[in-house]
Amino acid sequence: MTANTVSRPPRETVTGSGPSGSGPRRRPRGRTLTRVLPLAPAVVLLAIFLIGPVIWSFYGSFTDAALTGSSAQDPQWVGLDNYLTLFTDPVFPLSLWLTFVFVVASAIVGQNFLGLGIALLTNRASKVVSAVVGTAVVAAWVLPEIVAAFVAYAYFSEDGTLNQVLAAAGMTGPNWLYSFPMLSIILANAWRGTAFSMMVYRAALNDVPVEVTEAAMIDGADGIKRLTWITIPMIKNSIATNLMLITLQTLSVFTLIWVMTAGGPGNESTTLPIMAFQEAFKFGDIGYGTAIATVMLLIGAAFSLVYIRALRPEKV
Amino acid sequence: MTVSTLATSVASPRKATAAILANAVLIVIALCFLLPLAWLVLASLDVKATYQTQIPEQLSLDNFAAVFNPELTFLPLWNSLLLSGGAAVVTVLASVLAAYPLSRYTMRFNKPFMYGVLFGTCLPITAIMVPVYSLFVRLNLLDSIPATIFFMAATSLPMAIWMTKNFMDSVPVSLEEAAWVDGASAMNALRRIVVPLMRPGLSVVFIFVFIQAWGNFFVPFVLLLSPSKQPAAVSIYSFFGQYGAIAYGQLAAFSVLYSVPVILLYVLVSRGMGGSFTMSGAIKG
Repeated sequence: MTANTVSRPPRETVTGSGPSGSGPRRRPRGRTLTRVLPLAPAVVLLAIFLIGPVIWSFYGSFTDAALTGSSAQDPQWVGLDNYLTLFTDPVFPLSLWLTFVFVVASAIVGQNFLGLGIALLTNRASKVVSAVVGTAVVAAWVLPEIVAAFVAYAYFSEDGTLNQVLAAAGMTGPNWLYSFPMLSIILANAWRGTAFSMMVYRAALNDVPVEVTEAAMIDGADGIKRLTWITIPMIKNSIATNLMLITLQTLSVFTLIWVMTAGGPGNESTTLPIMAFQEAFKFGDIGYGTAIATVMLLIGAAFSLVYIRALRPEKV
Repeated sequence: MTVSTLATSVASPRKATAAILANAVLIVIALCFLLPLAWLVLASLDVKATYQTQIPEQLSLDNFAAVFNPELTFLPLWNSLLLSGGAAVVTVLASVLAAYPLSRYTMRFNKPFMYGVLFGTCLPITAIMVPVYSLFVRLNLLDSIPATIFFMAATSLPMAIWMTKNFMDSVPVSLEEAAWVDGASAMNALRRIVVPLMRPGLSVVFIFVFIQAWGNFFVPFVLLLSPSKQPAAVSIYSFFGQYGAIAYGQLAAFSVLYSVPVILLYVLVSRGMGGSFTMSGAIKG
């Protein structure tokens, strides 16, 4: 009884009635409603334009919706037809494989290792050189994606800059976009996206205390040992976050590939976003394109669930 | 700066060789990254530009003059500004409002909501433009600039809410408590105290959304059909399709004009990042 009065100093009634109060004493019924009201605009936007398309994607993949004609006006329910077509379509496994190669080679190998390498090297290099390389790498990333795509197209085209450089070295370069379409888009995407990994790793490395590496140095650990046993373990959270984010970004790359090769020649660089777009807008089969989009959504959702579980951010 | 260089140089005697090697490798990397961009700059100043990187015989601004007309440049750029500015304003407003209850009150659904937001951040929503297109057809929103703005805002909202909430968490509550004691409502406290204090953070969110929307090609390419409504990203693509095989120089000039705004914004935000997050110091001392 006395404890009760002590634990409730007079001041708390003041704060308790303010918006931050968590006291259970006075809780008018309308208060929770007023409190969550500011969430409304965001919730409405997300419901219509984010959750809407997701639901629509699942629904639309079971219909024969078309770009033109009678099925455009009045799409019919066709059940699993689109998925059956998808799993017998020879382009689908190819497209899945190309998407996998594209993500692994350009994001996980290219952007990630290049970004980490640059971040590690700038710690040893002079300030001027670090600033110059930082600007050069970020420049490719800041450009609008369509401009970056044109630049990459010009660079890899038959009479482009890359072949000019090779010619200067006495070699005759191939027509990259036709002979090596996947290699071209992989290199282009690594060029465009490395900046993100570099910035993540630069920030992460800045947080590694110098004392720890210096202690290891005094104990006689050489550079490679310090890197594998001290630095990498200390930034492993950043590595996980970065790998996840660049994987998801690369999964949805459309513009770069569309401008450089448009999925061609043939289907040699048709990743899933390109395939979905072509089925829907070139061949007019919206339902089928939607089924491919749904598969992409599921892949993205699976990745992000793994990521959220693994990271379990405490600051939610 | 000098202190830290001194400290490391004492600790590692082999630093000099390592530094030379690191500098050399980095310079090579920088050249590889700049080489493709050199074409863009040189071709925009060269009337006889091709896909080759070459020093122009004579520097001229003729390419810029050729694309400098309302139909080719000004209207698309204005549309870009409308789309990205609109999306950024809507996103910042909605995320400030949403972040306030999430940051200030302990509510049962805070955690699931923030997890949902994080999940939304990861979804490849801009890659699934096919169902978005058919949803827009069904809702009769196709070729509408406002609808496209709202769609772009919604796709950047999860990330924006996440960032804004984190920025808001770092604004000390004690400043608002003073306002509450004086009888200010929560919305008043948000507008008069919290928002001014987190202005640097909010401008980061604004510019982040703006740059993303400005560079976005796929969304307006699918959702906006009439040329008079299309932003620069799409009009540049049509220009490339029509004249790209002949007018390389003009294409490059157009690309430069279209890229300059985001480059300037990026420089602005990266310069400002350094000293702008000191506002949490308001409560100390």
